[in-house]
Amino acid sequence: MEGFGPSFAFWVLAALTLVAAGGVMVSRNLLHAVLFLILTFIGVAGFFVLLSADFIAMAQVIIYVGAIAVLVLFAVLLTPRSGRDNGETRWALPGILLAVCLAAIFLFVVHDTAWNTVDEAPAGLDARALGTALLTTWVVPFEIASVLLTAALVGAIMLTRSPEEEAEDALV
Amino acid sequence: MTPFLVSDKWYDIRDLGNLSREILEAADRILPFGVVYVLAALIGFVASFLLFVLPSQLIVGVYGERRIIGRMQSRLGPNRVGPFGLLQPIADAIKLIQKEALTPTRADRAVMYIAPIVFVMPAVLLWAVIPFGENMVIADIPVSLMYFLAVSSLPVIATFMAGWSANNKYSLFGAMRIVSMAISYESPLVLALLGAVVMTGTISLSGMVAWADEFNIWMVFVQPLALVIYFICVSAELNRTPVDIAEAESEIVAGYLTEYSGMKWGLFYGMDIGYALAASGFAATVFLGGWTFFGLEQWVPGWLIFIAKTHLFYFLFIWTRGTLPRLRADQLMAFAWKFLLPLGVFNLLIVSTERMLWSEQDYAKGLIYVFALVNIVLSVALVYAWARFNGYRPEQTPTRPRLVKQAGGYIPVGERS
Repeated sequence: MEGFGPSFAFWVLAALTLVAAGGVMVSRNLLHAVLFLILTFIGVAGFFVLLSADFIAMAQVIIYVGAIAVLVLFAVLLTPRSGRDNGETRWALPGILLAVCLAAIFLFVVHDTAWNTVDEAPAGLDARALGTALLTTWVVPFEIASVLLTAALVGAIMLTRSPEEEAEDALV
Repeated sequence: MTPFLVSDKWYDIRDLGNLSREILEAADRILPFGVVYVLAALIGFVASFLLFVLPSQLIVGVYGERRIIGRMQSRLGPNRVGPFGLLQPIADAIKLIQKEALTPTRADRAVMYIAPIVFVMPAVLLWAVIPFGENMVIADIPVSLMYFLAVSSLPVIATFMAGWSANNKYSLFGAMRIVSMAISYESPLVLALLGAVVMTGTISLSGMVAWADEFNIWMVFVQPLALVIYFICVSAELNRTPVDIAEAESEIVAGYLTEYSGMKWGLFYGMDIGYALAASGFAATVFLGGWTFFGLEQWVPGWLIFIAKTHLFYFLFIWTRGTLPRLRADQLMAFAWKFLLPLGVFNLLIVSTERMLWSEQDYAKGLIYVFALVNIVLSVALVYAWARFNGYRPEQTPTRPRLVKQAGGYIPVGERS
């Protein structure tokens, strides 16, 4: 990474992502935590742009911000007592322990990996190459994943439908 | 691509970049280093304000929307301020700025404060990838269609923040509705756009314009069903009136905007038009060939053609808003999942087959017109068949008042006899 622009962008994005991620943890209000999480996702998308992975950055925003975060908001709204804060939780200490362990592992990996740097983005990172790879070399795992997701979707609908709703749908 | 006659002379207004480049290069010779970047931002701001924001947003947007809807509904609309009431939007803006922006005592003040700001930002960012002319696009990134989809999923979160933070049950209803609508309508919208993407083989908006120019056909003829699905979905996502259940004033006061007042409300209102314009510009680029017009773009500035197409689309938004009644929330959800989504899948199947056939014929130019004819016929047949399959029938105009039950309307389960 050369020049002022990319380094500046990197540090701004790093600060944004870390502060937002910290906000997810410390905010007492569940919905504030979700909003901070969205900011974190956007920061991560910015890192993908810095790595010249445009397609993945856009997919990150569409899927994580546009779909998953909205789903989380939806779930929070539909959950009774979601408005309570998480002040009296008894899991603070185990949580901190787990976080410290994870941080130690990550630091170890980051420190021990020989990070290769390249001057420019490697060819074949664009959407066309990605699509070709997904639909030729990796077509079986790709299709299996989509079938699995569809099965999960249908299963979730079947599990949550109540008999009254079925009766109502039959009439409409 | 046909050779364009656009020159790089400053007086060639077919590419406005020439003029600004000329000015900036001249300024760079006189001014110290770095000042020219500030100047560029200033020129961009002033030019876009004079050329685009003022005529589009204020005159055509607010004013045109009110006058045209007034005409459709057999009334005059604003006609007091200025000639023909043309200054009405400016008077409204002054009024809004003067008004106090209230915040309820028990509201989440921080979230309520930033929600309008978060709502405005994507509306500006959306224009970055839309090509106004041959070279007139700010960021010609290869994934610009996905960029547009990604950025246009952000305002949902802002409206949710607005609805939730106000601590008002009607606001919360609006927020709930907008989130559920966003989830429902995102999938058919993406499926519809996928049809256009599969046909052109690119996810770059400039690439799509180039495709339309190369084959001399607009995507709307090749993918009519995709355009219809896109239009319905985008009106639902933008909360335009036939489907604006998130701020349905006859049901839930004003939805997520209930507690907003003054310019905070004004930002939401103004940017609603901004999003509708951006969606129209996007549709004009993908489905109507962007800044090209079968060769006319060599003589008329491409950005004028583009703006004309954008407003043609925007007129459709106004038209549906002025004439159609609002749907119910459950009707909208059922429509997205039971009607638009299957149609989108069918459309994708058809277009993929055609693309396969086409690639076997080495992308022969004439074949695309055959596909267009076939697709127009197939789209009408598909919509008709799927509607019949789902039990929707065209309503006969009743000559006498009928009970809800006779009209086949919705009766809650408990009240059925």
